[in-house]
Amino acid sequence: MRHIISILMENEAGALSRVAGLFSARGYNIESLTVAPTEDASMSRMTLVTSGSDTVIEQITKQLNKLVDVVKLIELSTGPHIEREMMLIKLEARGADREEFKRLSDIYGGRVIDVTDATYVIELTGRGDKLDAFIATVDETKIIEVVRTGSSGVARGARTLRL
Amino acid sequence: MELTGSQIIVQFLKDEGVEFLFGYPGGAVLHIYDELHKQNDVKHILVRHEQGATHAADGYARATGKPGVVLVTSGPGATNAVTGIATAHMDSVPMVILTGQVPTPWIGSDAFQEADTVGITRPCVKHNFLVKDIRDLALTLKKAFYVATTGRPGPVVVDIPKDVTDPNVRIPYEYPRQVAMRSYNPVVKGHPGQIKRAVDLILSARRPVIYTGGGVVLGNGSEALTRLVRHLKYPITQTLMGLGSYPATDPLFLGMLGMHGTYEANMAMHECDVLIAIGARFDDRVTGKLDTFCPTAKIVHVDIDPASISKNVPVDVPIVGDVVSVMQEMLRLLEASGGAPDPDALGAWWSHIEEWRSHHCLEFDRDSRVIKPQAVIEALYRVTKGQAIVTSDVGQHQMWAAQFYKFDQPRRWLNSGGLGTMGFGLPAAMGAKLAFPDTTVACVTGEGSIQMCLQELSTCKQYGLPVKIVNLNNRYLGMVRQWQEFFYDNRYSHSYMDALPDFKKLSEAYGHVGMLIDKPEDVEPALEEAMASDQLVFMDFITDPTENVYPMIEAGKGHHEMTLPPHMSPERELA
Ligand SMILES: Cc1cc2nc3c(=O)[nH]c(=O)nc-3n(C[C@H](O)[C@H](O)[C@H](O)COP(=O)(O)OP(=O)(O)OC[C@H]3O[C@@H](n4cnc5c(N)ncnc54)[C@H](O)[C@@H]3O)c2cc1C
Ligand SMILES: Cc1ncc(C[n+]2csc(CCOP(=O)(O)OP(=O)(O)O)c2C)c(N)n1
Ligand SMILES: [Mg+2]
Repeated sequence: MRHIISILMENEAGALSRVAGLFSARGYNIESLTVAPTEDASMSRMTLVTSGSDTVIEQITKQLNKLVDVVKLIELSTGPHIEREMMLIKLEARGADREEFKRLSDIYGGRVIDVTDATYVIELTGRGDKLDAFIATVDETKIIEVVRTGSSGVARGARTLRL
Repeated sequence: MELTGSQIIVQFLKDEGVEFLFGYPGGAVLHIYDELHKQNDVKHILVRHEQGATHAADGYARATGKPGVVLVTSGPGATNAVTGIATAHMDSVPMVILTGQVPTPWIGSDAFQEADTVGITRPCVKHNFLVKDIRDLALTLKKAFYVATTGRPGPVVVDIPKDVTDPNVRIPYEYPRQVAMRSYNPVVKGHPGQIKRAVDLILSARRPVIYTGGGVVLGNGSEALTRLVRHLKYPITQTLMGLGSYPATDPLFLGMLGMHGTYEANMAMHECDVLIAIGARFDDRVTGKLDTFCPTAKIVHVDIDPASISKNVPVDVPIVGDVVSVMQEMLRLLEASGGAPDPDALGAWWSHIEEWRSHHCLEFDRDSRVIKPQAVIEALYRVTKGQAIVTSDVGQHQMWAAQFYKFDQPRRWLNSGGLGTMGFGLPAAMGAKLAFPDTTVACVTGEGSIQMCLQELSTCKQYGLPVKIVNLNNRYLGMVRQWQEFFYDNRYSHSYMDALPDFKKLSEAYGHVGMLIDKPEDVEPALEEAMASDQLVFMDFITDPTENVYPMIEAGKGHHEMTLPPHMSPERELA
C-alpha cells in the first residue's frame, strides 16, 4: 500500500541524508521525497511517499521519529488530504502538434510556459496519477524531457502538522 | 571567561564530570592535546589503536553506567574508531566520541587525513554533529552527552574541524547546564492504561515467563526487576545482554535463552501463555524461527524505544517507557490489587519446568584429561567468588562465560552481543578496571579474538591495569569451527590457527606475567595464583579443541528444536 508521510525536521545540514540513509539502510522503498524550508527558517518540511505493509509503515514512522533531527511527523494517507505534484514537460511541438498539445494542456489545466519554433514546455500540477495520464496521452516520440517534483501534501481541515 | 575552542572542550569535559578520556593524538586534534597537557582533572588514557579507545570507553560505560568518552584524530583515527562505535551502537551504550576534522575551509577538498566522518558514522551512531563554528561548540557538546545518555542510550560523534580549536580564537564560555531539544524528547513514563492492561494479563497467566534484556541493565532496573520477579514468583530468563540484572543463583532464574540458551529457558518460552518482555529487543539469536516463536503466548513488551516494539514479533500489550518507572508502577498495581496468579496453575507450570531443568543441559565431561573450557569458567567463578567483572570477546568462550559464570549483579558482564566484535574484551576490561581498580576484572577470550586488540597489553602496562586474561586456547576459531562441523560436513575452511604466538612469552615481552596451563588439575591453582598477583596475568589455557557449545538452536529452527548435548537422549531433541 502507498503511504504519504509528512515530516517536520530541523533545517540542519545532513538532515536529508539521515532520512535517505535510513531508507537505504533498512531496505524501505522511497517512491518520492521532496523537501524545502517552511515559514520558520529553522525547519524544513518533507513529504515522503513510500509503500509497504502496515507493519513496515509502522516501523518506518517509528524509525523516522527516532531520528534526532525529526521534530514531528504525520501520516497523511490515514486521513483526508490533498496531494499535489508539479511537472515540467518539454515536448517536440511542430505543425499540427502545436495546436494539439495546447488543447491537451488546457484539458488537464496546464499552461504552456515556454515556446520555441520546435518545442513547448508545459507546466502541469495535480496528483501523480493525473501527471501519469497526461504523459500517457502524449505521443511518446514527442517527449523530450520530463521533470517532476514528487508529491507534496497537506491534510484537509483541522488536522495539521506544526509545532 | 574567554576560552579557545580547545580550552572549551577540556573545560566542558571537566564541568561534565568526565574522569577518563580514551584517545590517540594526531594532527587535527593537536590543539586539544596541548590543552589536555596543561591539566590533570580529565585523565587521558593513551591506547595503542583507536579501536581500543572506543572499546575501553565502552567497557567503562557498561561497567559504570556513565558515558564513555573518546578523542581521536581525523581520517584514519576516525575510521579506526568506527568498529568500536558500531559495537556500542548495537548494544545501546552511551558514548561521546570527539573526532578531529580538517579545517572547515578545506572540508570537501580531499585534504590530508580528511574523511567524511559524519557520513561514515551516520548509520552506526545515535546521532552525530559537525561543529562548524566555535560559538556552537559548548552547546553541541552538551547536546551530545544529553542524547547519548537519555532515552535508549547510544554513541554520539562530535566532529570538530581544526580551526574550531584554533589557539588564537577565544570566545566567552559558560557551561551549559541544561539543554532542551524540540526534536528529541524521550518518553520515560509508561501509559497507565497500558500498564493496567499488562498487570491484568500478567495475573491471568497460567504458564508465564519473564524475559528481560540489556534494557534492564542500561536503565538500572535490576532492583525493581528483582522485586517484581520475587513478588510474582514467575520464572525468569534473560538475554546475553541482560545477565546479572537478576541474580543467576536464584532458583527462579532459568538461565539464558536463545541460540545457546538453556533447555529449560527455551522450552518455557515455547510453551508459555503469557510472555513479559522487559528491555529486550526480540533479536533473531533469541527468537529463533519467528513462525514458531512462543506460539501460544500473549505478549507484554516494555521498551523505551517504540521502534523496538512489534519490530520482529507483534505484541499484545506494548508499553513505551523506562524499565524502572514501568516496573515500579506494575508493582504498585500488583500490591494494591492484592490479586495473585492461580497457585495451582503456577505450581503445575513450575513442575513442568523442573522436569526440563532436571536434564542439566549444561553438563559436560568433568573427567576429561584435557582442559574443558567450561571447567575453566566454573573455576574462575569459584576463585573470584562470583564477584569479578568479566569481559569477553566473541566466540565459543563468550557463550561458555555467559552460561557458566553466574552473575548476581548487573554491570559485571561486559560483552559485545549485537555486533559480536572480536577484539572487544581486553580494551573493555581496561575501561572497567580504570573505573573499579579494587574489583577483579577478568577478560575471557580466545586465541583468535585476543589477537585483534592485543596491542592494548602495552596500554595496560603504562597505566598499571592488572587485568586477568583467561585465554581459552582451542587453536581454532572455535565458533566458526563448530558451524563448519555442524553445517559444512567438518570442512574446517580457514578456521584453524596455525603459527600461534607463545602467549606466555608475548605477555612477558609486554612486561606482564604469562602462564601456560595445559592440565585440568592446574586450572584452579593457576587462577588462584593469578588473582592473588598485583600484575596483569595472561593465562593461556590449552583447552579441548573439539568442544562445542550446547544447547544450540540452529538458524531457522524454533525454541523447541534445540540441538542438545550428547548426554541428553536424542528423542529429547523434538520434545
Ligand atoms: C556468538 C554470539 C552468540 C549469541 N547467542 C545469543 C544467545 O544464545 N542468546 C541471547 O540472548 N543472545 C545471544 N547473542 C546476543 C544477541 O546477538 C543480541 O545482542 C542480544 O540477544 C540482544 O539482547 P537484548 O534483547 O537484551 O537487547 P539489547 O541490545 O541489550 O537492547 C536493549 C533493549 O532495551 C531497550 N532499553 C534500553 N534502555 C531501556 C530503558 N531504560 N528502559 C526500557 N527499555 C530500554 C532498548 O531500546 C532495546 O530494545 C549472541 C551474540 C553473539 C556474538
Ligand atoms: C571482527 C570479527 N571478525 C570475525 C568474526 C566472526 N567470528 C565469530 S566467532 C569467531 C571465532 C573466534 O575465535 P576465538 O577468539 O578463538 O574464540 P573461540 O570461538 O575459539 O572460543 C569468528 C571468526 C567476528 N565475530 N568478529
Ligand atoms: Mg579459539
